Amino acid sequence: MLLRHTPETNTEKTALTVNPAKTCQPVGAMYAALGIHNCLPHSHGSQGCCAYHRSALTRHYKDPIMATTSSFTEGASVFGGQANLMESIHNIFTIYSPDIIAVHTTCLSEVIGDDLKQIINKAAAEGKIPAGKRVIHTNTPSFKGSHVTGFANMTQSMVQYLSESTGKKTGRINVIPGFVEPSDMEEIKRIAAEMGVKTVVFPDTSGVVNSPLEGKFRMYPKGGTVVEDIISAGDSTATLALGRLASLPAAKLLDTKCKVPLFPLDLPIGLRATDAFVDQLRKTAGVSVPESIMVERGQVVDVLTDMHQYFYRKTAALVGDPDHLVSLVQFLTDLDMKITSVVTGTPGGPKFEKAVRACTGDETFVKSGAGADMFLFHQLVKQRKPDLIFGNTYAKYIARDEDIPLIRIGFPIYDRVGHQYFPIVGYRGALRLLEKILTALLDRQDRDAPEESFELVM
Amino acid sequence: MIEILKEREQQVYEKGESRFDLACEKPSLAGSVSQRACVFCGSRVVLYPIADALHLVHGPVGCAAYTWDIRGSVSSGPELHRMSFSTDLSEREVIYGGEKKLYAALTELIEAYKPRAAFVYATCIVGLIGDDVQAVCARVEAEQAIPVIPVHSEGFRGSKKDGYRAACEALFRLVGKDDETPLSPRSINILGDFNLAGETWIIKEYYRRMGVETASCITGDGRVGEIGRSHRASLNVVQCSGSMTYLAQLMKKTYHIPFKRVSYFGIEDTAEALYTVARHFKDAQVLRNTEELVASEVRRIYPEVERFRTSLEGKKAAVYVGGSFKAFSLVKALRHLGIKTVVVGSQTGNKEDYDYLGEICDPGTVIVDDTNPLELSRFMTEKDVDLLIGGVKERPIAYKMGVAFCDHNHERKIALAGFEGMVNFSREVYSSTMSPVWQFSPARIGREARTAVDADVESTKGHGAARC
Repeated sequence: MLLRHTPETNTEKTALTVNPAKTCQPVGAMYAALGIHNCLPHSHGSQGCCAYHRSALTRHYKDPIMATTSSFTEGASVFGGQANLMESIHNIFTIYSPDIIAVHTTCLSEVIGDDLKQIINKAAAEGKIPAGKRVIHTNTPSFKGSHVTGFANMTQSMVQYLSESTGKKTGRINVIPGFVEPSDMEEIKRIAAEMGVKTVVFPDTSGVVNSPLEGKFRMYPKGGTVVEDIISAGDSTATLALGRLASLPAAKLLDTKCKVPLFPLDLPIGLRATDAFVDQLRKTAGVSVPESIMVERGQVVDVLTDMHQYFYRKTAALVGDPDHLVSLVQFLTDLDMKITSVVTGTPGGPKFEKAVRACTGDETFVKSGAGADMFLFHQLVKQRKPDLIFGNTYAKYIARDEDIPLIRIGFPIYDRVGHQYFPIVGYRGALRLLEKILTALLDRQDRDAPEESFELVM
Repeated sequence: MIEILKEREQQVYEKGESRFDLACEKPSLAGSVSQRACVFCGSRVVLYPIADALHLVHGPVGCAAYTWDIRGSVSSGPELHRMSFSTDLSEREVIYGGEKKLYAALTELIEAYKPRAAFVYATCIVGLIGDDVQAVCARVEAEQAIPVIPVHSEGFRGSKKDGYRAACEALFRLVGKDDETPLSPRSINILGDFNLAGETWIIKEYYRRMGVETASCITGDGRVGEIGRSHRASLNVVQCSGSMTYLAQLMKKTYHIPFKRVSYFGIEDTAEALYTVARHFKDAQVLRNTEELVASEVRRIYPEVERFRTSLEGKKAAVYVGGSFKAFSLVKALRHLGIKTVVVGSQTGNKEDYDYLGEICDPGTVIVDDTNPLELSRFMTEKDVDLLIGGVKERPIAYKMGVAFCDHNHERKIALAGFEGMVNFSREVYSSTMSPVWQFSPARIGREARTAVDADVESTKGHGAARC
């Protein structure tokens, strides 16, 4: 009963976060960078940040996560980190030979004000960047935003540094998949391929953080978007940005920089959001939706109707990242469930709250940004006693204390496998979500059923 | 010898090659995939297990988020240490300072949780913006009447090791606060055990059976009050020497308490640790108790360990851990299991440590300081190891290579200390090394084919992974 201290009535916290429902920008930037083929993420700061981010991603994916650090010491903190970064760039290309280095800052290098663009230019001028190799950077101060912001910033930097418009259109469609699992990115690619749409999906961590066991250690697993594809994203027909917070900044920049029109969409989680995604692909690429996709959709609707009686008036509390939450809330509402509370540590702004309320109405408690932490979420769970909790691994403490089933979704998940391999996006993802939700509800019904109504057929 | 970066050449050594002179205690090379961490990390892991104290991370949210309940240090009572408290500094505080926010946070938390003491961890950014953490702590201490201790753990001030020192300085503030609670003349402090999977309890029980009282555990299952009386114990027994020797030195200087470096890992080292304490008290009864304890425990566990050894004989291991003292014990314990250590290294070893490692290892063993995954995987391939012992970031590297793994760091789920720890360790090493899953690894398939060819040619027995 770890959280037994949590009081039921909301306590005023003015100056602190207790059990955060977010983490800091660099880990998101590191994850996004891993979505480029042959890329080595580089953390410009002290060693600890890099070690923590690598550990967090390693625990979540159970795969080796490679990244380098500028190894700041007191000297660098006083006199600036230029020397460290110059040395790093040289050493990285010498020892690890990546195609591209993706540098992100930490709160330390942000506050001392290192000008990364200038340092990278200097490194190029001094011949420290071998021919054909690249160094890009993004600013990820940890005291602003969250891991989602960091992901968005690094994705935007990919466009900033790499994407070009040659005037010769490729006819491809860019898809920025958002801060989702490698399995989700894979599924997004599969759906597009199934529809006969040629895409550039970036970043794409599939095959990088869920790589197969091959009997050897690979510094750079086979997956990831190749640099040439990100460059040619400037010549695509359009960009679909999945998730407002994680994907919109990069899509907007592509529009400004290369005149690629953008279509903002919700993450394709659940039936309706997937419909919107498929429909947008259809319209933008000028294709028709194939029978195979219609079958997948029909199967979701089939399960949904078969089992709809179990969803009626079930209540759920959700904690996680804003883009996920918006789509999830819509899906659960479509299942006839009631949403009691929605919490995210990431500042989602009024647009986030509006998007959630558009589905749930006014009775739902919605909070994002400062003050929105797991402590608050626990209090809300205590007060409103939902039937299900949706959240990352940390929500397990609350689930245990309150004896409420937990559906693990989001980042990080340290104590279960599956998220790396089974998508939650698309129709197949919707089926998987339905299975998870129904299993949780029916398991609970079985567990609590009196002997005489413990039934074989449900 | 494999390819390594010029600057790191002196940090890698193969025993038997040339005169042993390993370079160490150097900062990691900028741009390396270092497995090392920062000052904050060092302080946080050492102080973390003090369960009735408040641990407030003063900085942006990440530092608190990444250290939220990651250590698995169990408590027999309060669990305040498992909560994650952060001042969650935002842009405003970075510009205008975070002292006000820190003061308010501390006050709110102390009022809500009534802790016995509070630790305030200063992170990178706090050092940079120049918050006077010391002054805020002093003010809250005066107002709240509990120790409120600043931990100077700004990440950039060095490496993890410097964080240990900062933690020791913070701990020393608690030592000597309690002159009242009665204490046996035969009492010790256990330093440098963090009660992962309940290991402190195992060790404490041995001492109880020997007739020795444990005044305090610093910091496993730690309590502020116990640390307060630790200055009246007769002996400090230091396990994780990297982290706790400094505190032992401080206590020796101020309170004249002698200290001994020990290890509770493996049969020999555990027995030696207990005898070291027994001999210190020069008490015939304690010595007799110890002899009985060691004899009966060894008798109890020996057949079990022996059973695992029969299958493991001839296997080869790589060891890469944080502290070097742990590496010594691992080399010895693996030897007990018939396993040869062919690659060994640590993140933070010093000259003396590596000299000793050089002594106890067999010729041909690769000894490395502050290695990185690329090097490590090459050494492992070159030396054809069956097992890697390391921490969270090493685990998937081993698995991807089709090599067995044993965690000897934060993510340990079972106790590896003491005599029963040796049985657990043997079982864990056995269960991973001999698991039938490796037969599906491409590397292992190739290797077994090679071994079969070698066996044909030389008519010697190979060491395939077939389970006995």
